[in-house]
Amino acid sequence: MPTVSLTVNGKSVSGEVEARTLLVHFLREKLSLTGTHVGCDTSQCGACVVHVNGKSVKSCTMLAVQADGAKVTTIEGLANGAELHPMQAAFREHHGLQCGFCTPGMVMSAVDLVQNNPAPSEKDVREWLEGNICRCTGYHNIVKAIQAGAQAMKR
Amino acid sequence: MADTGIGASVKRKEDFRFLTGQGHYTDDINKHGQTYAYFLRSPHAHAKIRKVDTAAAAKMPGVVAVFTGADVAADKVGGLICGWTVTDRFGKPHKAPPHPILANEKVRYVGDHVAVVIAESIAQAKDAAEAIEVDYEELPAVVDTATAMDPKAAQLHADVPNNLCYDWELGDKAAVDAAFAKAAKVSKLDLVNNRLIPNAMEPRAAIGEYDAGTDSYTCYSTSQNPHVLRLILCAFIMGVPEHKMRVIAPDVGGGFGSKIFCYAEEVVCTWAAKKVKRPVKWTAERGESFVSDAHGRDHVSHVEMAMDKDGKFLAMKVDTIASMGAYLSTFATCVPTYLYATLLAGQYTAPAIYCNVKAVFTTTAPVDAYRGAGRPEATYVVERIVENCARDMKLDPAEIRRRNFIKPDAFPYQTPVALQYDSGNYEKALDEALKLADYKGYPARKAEAAKRGKLRGIGFSAYIEACGIAPSAVVGSLGAGVGLWESAQIRFNPTGTAQVLTGSHSHGQGHETTLAQVVADKLGLSVDAVTVVHGDTSQVPFGMGTYGSRSLAVGGSAAVKAIDKIVAKGKKIAAHLLEASVDDIQYSKGVFKVAGTDRQKTIQEIAFAAYVPHNYPKDLEPGLDETAFYDPANFTYPAGVHIAEVEIDPDTGVTTIANWSAVDDFGNVINPMVVEGQVHGGIAQGVGQALLEGCVYDKETGQLLTGSYMDYCMPRADDLPSFKIGTISTPCPHNPLGVKGCGEAGAIAAPAALVNAITDALGVRDIPMPASPERVWRVAQGAKMAAE
Repeated sequence: MPTVSLTVNGKSVSGEVEARTLLVHFLREKLSLTGTHVGCDTSQCGACVVHVNGKSVKSCTMLAVQADGAKVTTIEGLANGAELHPMQAAFREHHGLQCGFCTPGMVMSAVDLVQNNPAPSEKDVREWLEGNICRCTGYHNIVKAIQAGAQAMKR
Repeated sequence: MADTGIGASVKRKEDFRFLTGQGHYTDDINKHGQTYAYFLRSPHAHAKIRKVDTAAAAKMPGVVAVFTGADVAADKVGGLICGWTVTDRFGKPHKAPPHPILANEKVRYVGDHVAVVIAESIAQAKDAAEAIEVDYEELPAVVDTATAMDPKAAQLHADVPNNLCYDWELGDKAAVDAAFAKAAKVSKLDLVNNRLIPNAMEPRAAIGEYDAGTDSYTCYSTSQNPHVLRLILCAFIMGVPEHKMRVIAPDVGGGFGSKIFCYAEEVVCTWAAKKVKRPVKWTAERGESFVSDAHGRDHVSHVEMAMDKDGKFLAMKVDTIASMGAYLSTFATCVPTYLYATLLAGQYTAPAIYCNVKAVFTTTAPVDAYRGAGRPEATYVVERIVENCARDMKLDPAEIRRRNFIKPDAFPYQTPVALQYDSGNYEKALDEALKLADYKGYPARKAEAAKRGKLRGIGFSAYIEACGIAPSAVVGSLGAGVGLWESAQIRFNPTGTAQVLTGSHSHGQGHETTLAQVVADKLGLSVDAVTVVHGDTSQVPFGMGTYGSRSLAVGGSAAVKAIDKIVAKGKKIAAHLLEASVDDIQYSKGVFKVAGTDRQKTIQEIAFAAYVPHNYPKDLEPGLDETAFYDPANFTYPAGVHIAEVEIDPDTGVTTIANWSAVDDFGNVINPMVVEGQVHGGIAQGVGQALLEGCVYDKETGQLLTGSYMDYCMPRADDLPSFKIGTISTPCPHNPLGVKGCGEAGAIAAPAALVNAITDALGVRDIPMPASPERVWRVAQGAKMAAE
């Protein structure tokens, strides 16, 4: 079985994986980082979005071996201890989550959006979220949260 | 306290863990030595099983066991049950064909469970499932609800002629016929309420565990009602005493009804854990969710409304055929009957209503309650026919509603279809919604859109729902197998913090915050000093779970009753500590005071004394825990008006929602932020039904054509607008919080509003849901050609 070595949330990790193991399963099963969720099997829902080398990636579309040598950030690595990342705080402030299942992927997508577009319009946010499905919120508050999170990230 | 009490938009306590990836959903839980289950599912809609050969699979690497229907039957594991008996119009109970845990003779829908492989890894279980040989004799499929009763249609169950589960009626047919005979005008409409797939983002999952030392089971499940799941698992399926079964429904990633029910997978994992002597874990892939979660809606209806010359409704009659799918799911039978026909009065005063419902079996996944359950179907029928009445009478759609509304002074109001509405002010909601939607400015907006070549339309939906289901005696008399009370226990700790144990279940609704708000407010504690415990049968005394917007109206009311008991006990303790008579103790917001003096004790001091009962008199019992059960006196009746304004591009058929204005009456509101969030989510699901979502089976083969997110169109962020939300309040008069329930409102109101708007824009009487761009384009092109 191949071995992969990568940096996850600032920590070097390595492990043996089956060649067919997806990154999301490596994170969840081998590293017990269960904040990254599996919501579909067609790479449509975005519950599994993490950052690979700083960019948002659906971790169900990537084999663990493809992440060899990469820097991966998951939702567990976003907050600074008990202090939420400004985007996480904005989701809480604006009630941008309900059941919380899509939330890690939403937040990771949102952070990547703002890194590329520091002041996204409502239209920008809605278009960017094409790859993330939420069944609870109707997106209204997610959009508000991301725009507020973008402002907070500037500070 | 003011900023965290009842009525404040307190930020949610549960958010920190969800936002940091610290939630514990079922699939996040792993047990020492666990095995993985994979279900072999039927590839056919309908087939006889001649033989299942598992020998090769059993020898595959990592396989621990393979079980089939024969193994389950040999172990005397019962089938899945339907918990509600509908008595048909001839006085007979509905047809209840067996629903085996693993199919044993026949499969009846694509996705039906045939066998289960239990292996060391999920990949090994899947590999081995490939090696199971099943000899099927294919039979014809029957997927079409409207024609399922056709004598030539394939028969699913031996003792169910014409696939007819029941033929049921409600209302006064003679009175309706008489009213139609003297009507000035009759409006008619044929409607299909499209079948939907609930699609909670967290797929269903289960872990079964067996402890040989105590001969007891634990089942972790993505359930909306763990106690009811335990009851069904124990008393009806496995024959295990309830005290030997613990059901834990931890963080659950959305339900929308699809997780109310007891499913085969939960049973198999729990049963097999004892067989293989190891924990058994199953997590649905999304493809499995599509074929095996209970679906929603699927009604075919004909509706007629009789009016006098002024557009006053005289009577309505409705004929509905409702699909049950291949088998009866847990509550399937009550959805198109007691949760549907009883709501057909809507907000209106039609003096006579008659409804006939025929429930049919088809070779499709079982259909059961989905967000709103029966009430969206009822509202769709009522609000679509009312819109068409307005057009037939050439009346403004707001005006015809106003003419027929039940007036604010008419409550309590007895409808002709069994329910007694408790409170409401329908005209006020309409007035507020018209303001929010700038209805006066609409003609100018329509004209401006026309200049750009766009078709603009506006649509109303004045919905009502019956929530907080409802007196146990009433539901029992209607066939329910359970009582629909709720329990709450409040456990006070010596240091003055408290736990609320509720039998309702939170899967996104924010109960950990709103219920804490209620208890904190009434006991004078900070919200942070109150935690809510739910979802574990070994902790919570008992409960009926969460669905039908019942958690606050019924569960919150149980908490208030428990609070009342705490206060009563606290008064006794205060009387002792303050050396006063109990009758002289006054209580307010956490402070016990001797009337007319400044002598007082805080609830924290009382709690401490309750656990440090030095010098207690003999008749005072230590401790400060209280439990209460609350059985509601009536349903609650949230209502409101939603107005959708759309713009259609006739060249592409794309419908854009230009404005969404909603004014809802939920009675008293505990947390406005949470309530608005519930409304947003509900609207999105209703918009999904109207514009995008439709579950499609191939009519010939019974294959599910919309079996993934590639084919089933889930609403995404750019399909939806931001919403304009308002509320009015007529408090519920019969529960102690005055609350009505908000979880389903949007999903109930939205489809009718949107289709009314689209048909208005297109100048047609109906368009089937989902009104996809292709369907809209065809109509728009037809209209264009007719105009040219």
